[in-house]
Amino acid sequence: MSDLAPPRDVGVLVMPPPSPESETVRARRERIRLLMRSKTFLAGAIIVGIWVFCAVLGEAIAPKDPFVPDILNKLDPPSGQHLMGTDRLGRDVLSRVMVGARDILIVAPLATLLGTVLGTALGLVTGYYRGIVDDVLSRVIEAFLAIPVTITGALALVALGPSRITVIMVIGLVFSPIIARTVRAAVLAERQLDYVAAARLRNERGPYILFGEILPNVMAPILVEFTVRLGYAIFAIATLSFLGFGIQPPAPDWGLQISEAYGFISGGIWWPTLFPALAITSLVIGVTLLSDGLAGAFER
Amino acid sequence: MTETALAAPALELTDLEVAYTVRGIDRPVLRGVSLRVDQGATYGLVGESGCGKTTAAFAAMHHLPSNGKVVAGSIRVGGKDVSTLSESEVRRLRSSTVSMVYQNPGSALNPSIRAGDQVAEVFELGGSSHAEAVERAEQMLRKVQISDPAGVMRRFPHQLSGGMQQRVVIAMALGSDPTLLILDEPTTGLDATVEAEVLDLVAGLRGEFNTSVLFISHNLGVIRKMCDTVGVLYAGRLVEEGPTASVFADPRHPYTVGLMRCIPRGGVRKDVDRLDTIPGFLPQLGADLRGCVFADRCALVEDICRTDEPPLYELGGGHESRCHFHERAQDLPHVQVPREEGERAEDGDTPVVTLGSVDKTFHQDGNDIKALKDVSLDIRSGETLGLVGESGSGKTTLARVLLGLTAPDEGSVVELDGTPLPSRITKRTTAHVRAVQIVFQNPDSALNRRFSVRRILLRALYKLAPGGDRESRVHRLVKDVRFDERLLGSRPGQLSGGLKQRVAIARAFAGSPQVVVCDEPTSALDVSVQAAILNLLADLQRDEGVTYLFISHDLGVVRFLSDRIAVLYLGRVMEVGEAETVFAGPHHPYTEALLSAVPTLEGEERTRIKLVGEIPSHAAPPSGCVFHTRCPRFLGDICVNEEPPLADAGGGHLMRCHIPIEDLRRMQAEGAPT
Repeated sequence: MSDLAPPRDVGVLVMPPPSPESETVRARRERIRLLMRSKTFLAGAIIVGIWVFCAVLGEAIAPKDPFVPDILNKLDPPSGQHLMGTDRLGRDVLSRVMVGARDILIVAPLATLLGTVLGTALGLVTGYYRGIVDDVLSRVIEAFLAIPVTITGALALVALGPSRITVIMVIGLVFSPIIARTVRAAVLAERQLDYVAAARLRNERGPYILFGEILPNVMAPILVEFTVRLGYAIFAIATLSFLGFGIQPPAPDWGLQISEAYGFISGGIWWPTLFPALAITSLVIGVTLLSDGLAGAFER
Repeated sequence: MTETALAAPALELTDLEVAYTVRGIDRPVLRGVSLRVDQGATYGLVGESGCGKTTAAFAAMHHLPSNGKVVAGSIRVGGKDVSTLSESEVRRLRSSTVSMVYQNPGSALNPSIRAGDQVAEVFELGGSSHAEAVERAEQMLRKVQISDPAGVMRRFPHQLSGGMQQRVVIAMALGSDPTLLILDEPTTGLDATVEAEVLDLVAGLRGEFNTSVLFISHNLGVIRKMCDTVGVLYAGRLVEEGPTASVFADPRHPYTVGLMRCIPRGGVRKDVDRLDTIPGFLPQLGADLRGCVFADRCALVEDICRTDEPPLYELGGGHESRCHFHERAQDLPHVQVPREEGERAEDGDTPVVTLGSVDKTFHQDGNDIKALKDVSLDIRSGETLGLVGESGSGKTTLARVLLGLTAPDEGSVVELDGTPLPSRITKRTTAHVRAVQIVFQNPDSALNRRFSVRRILLRALYKLAPGGDRESRVHRLVKDVRFDERLLGSRPGQLSGGLKQRVAIARAFAGSPQVVVCDEPTSALDVSVQAAILNLLADLQRDEGVTYLFISHDLGVVRFLSDRIAVLYLGRVMEVGEAETVFAGPHHPYTEALLSAVPTLEGEERTRIKLVGEIPSHAAPPSGCVFHTRCPRFLGDICVNEEPPLADAGGGHLMRCHIPIEDLRRMQAEGAPT
C-alpha cells in the first residue's frame, strides 16, 4: 500500500512523463529512508554490527590471546584483569567471546545462503509447475520437516565427520525445505498474473519464466526469509557445537565454550557459561530485529 | 432527530480542502469543493480516477487516511459539523447516519463470516438482541430482492455471485436506516445485466427508505440514470454542477464535454470515425495550479485561463460551470486523429481462424463443468469479431483455447489459415506462437513490474521476431503505439494505466501477429484513456491488417470496434452475425436483454428487459434451450425439451432460438415483454 491508503485511484493517472532514472533512484532512496527510520532495524543493525566488528578484527582488538592457557589463573572470576573471568584453562573469556564471533558469522550466513539458494529453486519449481511435481516434492519436504533439525544435523555430522564445511552443508540442506515453502507460497500468487501467461505465449522455456520473470518479483519475501533463517541458523549451529558435532576445539566457538564450562555451574562458576550464552542470545536477537525491520520496509 | 435537523441537507460540503501529506509535503487533493445533497435527493459525483471523488466520500465519513487532513472548509452531515464530533459521536455517525457501499463487494465482506451474521451485526450494533437481529437481517435481505434469503443467510461470501454480494453489502448499508448513503462505484465490477438490477434496486430502496444518496461513478450513463443532480470533479475542483438533465443535454465545461464525447455510442464505427479523447494527463497530485485546473488539457484555452481561476458562473436553473468561456464549451474542437486515406486492408472472406465444435470440460469435485459447448466460429482475415456475454459465459475460456493456454476436449477443431493448431502452446511452432497474441485486461499484472519497458519489448522481439537491429525496432514499435520513447527506461509502476496498456499492445504486436485477442483491454481504464486505446487498436488494424477477437462486456465499445459479433451464454453461441445486424435486431432474446441493460447518456426512457435469477450452473445446465430459465420471451414446452439449432436468420445472421425471426421482429417492435 502506498502512502495514500484508501483512495486507491489516486496516483494511477496522475503521473506525467517521469524522468525514469530519477524515479528509480527515488524509490530506492525511499526504501532506505524507511529502513533508517525503523528503530527495530537500527537496533538490530547496531547489535549485529558490533559482532561483525569483533569477528573481523578478532585478535587485533581482543585484550588477551584467546588461545594461550594460563594454568595458574584458571577459573578466575571477572576482575579488572579479566573482565569476564577465565575458563578452565585460564584463557580470557572476553577475548574468546570476541574472537568466537568469527566462526558463527562465517558459518551461519553461508549455511543460510546455501539453504536459501536451494530452497528458492525448490520453491519456484513446486510453486510454478504444481501438479505431480509439486505433490511429490511437497510430501518429501513435509517428511523432512517432521524430523528435528538437531537430530538430522547430528546424524549427518557423525556420518560425514565434523568440520565447518559439513556444518554449512547440513544446516543449508535442513533449512532449504522450510525456505522452499515460503517461496512456493509467493510463487503461487505470482503465477496467476498475466505477465506469466504472456511469457508462456512467447513460448518461453520454463527456467526462463522461473528465474527470469518470476524470481525478481519474489525477491522481497526471500530476503526477509533469509534473515529470519539466519537467526535460526545461529542457534542451530551453536546447539550442534554444544553437543560436540559442530565446530571442534580449540576454536573459541560460543556453543563449544558453553559445553566445556557448563559442568562448573553447580560449583558457582557461572562466568564461562553465561557470557558466551549472552553472546549467542544477543546475536540472534540482533538478527531477528534486523529481519523485522526489513519485513516492515518491504511490506509497504 | 429534531425538526431543524430534518430541514438541513443530508450532506453539505463548504469550500472543502483536503490534503494528503506525502513525503512531508501537503498535497491538496480537494480544492474548495462545495456541494449539497438535499434530503431524499441523489447527487452524482463524476470524474476520472484521481480527481478526488473517493476522498470526498471518505471526508464525509470522517474517515480520511492517516496522512490526509481537512485543511479548510466544513463538512456537515444532517446539519452537524463532522469535525467537531468526538470519537464516540463519529462512531454513532457511521453506525446510524451515514453508510457507504464500496466498489468491490468481494473485499467489503468478511470471507470467514456467514453473510447472515454480517448483516445481523448491523442490527446488533443498533441495539437489537441477537435473535431479533437475525430476523431483521433476513427481512433486509428480502428487501434487497436476493433470491432465497434464508439460504443466503447461511452462506459464506465466496459462495455468492458478485451481484448477490453487492446486494448483501447494500442490505448492510441500509440496515442502520441511514439518512445518507454513499455509493462508491457500486456497479463497476458487475455485468451490465446485474448492474441494471442493482441500480433498479437502489432506486427502489431510496424511495422506500427516504435516504439521500451520494453516488460516485465514472460511468456517465449510470449517473444519468440514477441522479437528480450531478457534479463533475476534475483535479479536486468541482468544475460543473447542475440538474442531471440540464448538464447532460447542455454541458458547459470543456471537461464535461470531452468526457461525454469519449464514450463510444451507437453509429460511431471504427472504419468511419475515431473517438474523441482528452489529451494530456491529470495534473500531478498536489501540483501548484494557478488559473483553471483544466487549462493544460483544454483545447479552448486562452491566456486568462492560465492566470485567473474561473468563478462558478451561474447559468440558471441551478446549473453552474467553472469556465471563463462556458458559453463556448461545446465548440470544443473534435480531436482529429490524423488518418491517411489509404486502402483499408482487405476484409477477406477467408477465415484466418476456424473454430469447429469446440468443447471444453473442466473436471471439478467429480462434476463435469462444460465451459464451452459445441462452439463453431470463423474469424475472417482483417476483421474484428466481438465476443459478448455475461461473466461465466465462456468468453475467456474460448480465448484461452485459441491461444493454446487451455487445451480443448478431444475432437475440437482449432485451425489457423486452414491448418490445425496444436492444442497446447508448447507444441506450437514459433510461427504459430507469433501469429496469435493477446492484450490482457489488466495492464498492471500483464507487465512484469521489475522490468523496464525496453526490456519487456526487447524480449518479445527476441522470442517472436528475432533478427535485425532490435533496439531500432523497439523504437519503431513504441512509435506505432504512440508511446513516448523517452519513457523506455521506466518500469510499469511509473506509468499510467493507458501508457501501460500501450506497452502491452506493443508487446502483442512485436511479432507481427495475424490474430490478437483483446480481453477487455479497456475495462480497467478511464473513459478518456479508453477512447485513445480504442482509436489505437482501430488504427493498428487498418495499418497492419490484423484480426481481432475482441472480448468486452461493454456493448458500446464492442459496437465501435467489431465487424461481427458473437453472443455467448453458458458456453454456447446464442447469436452471431454482422455487428450492425445484431445491434439493429431482431435480436436473440438474450442479446435483447443485454442491450436493454445498458444505461445511455441520452437517458431515454425505455423499458428494460429484466433477466430473472442468476446464470445457471455449468455443471447442470438447463434442458432444451439453456436460456429458457431466464428467457423473457419464453415460448413453452419446446424451449424446455428441445435445444434450438443455430439457424440462419438471413445474411449469415445465426441465432439459436425457437421463435421464428419474423415473430421476433414483430415482438421486439412492440416493445418489452410484460
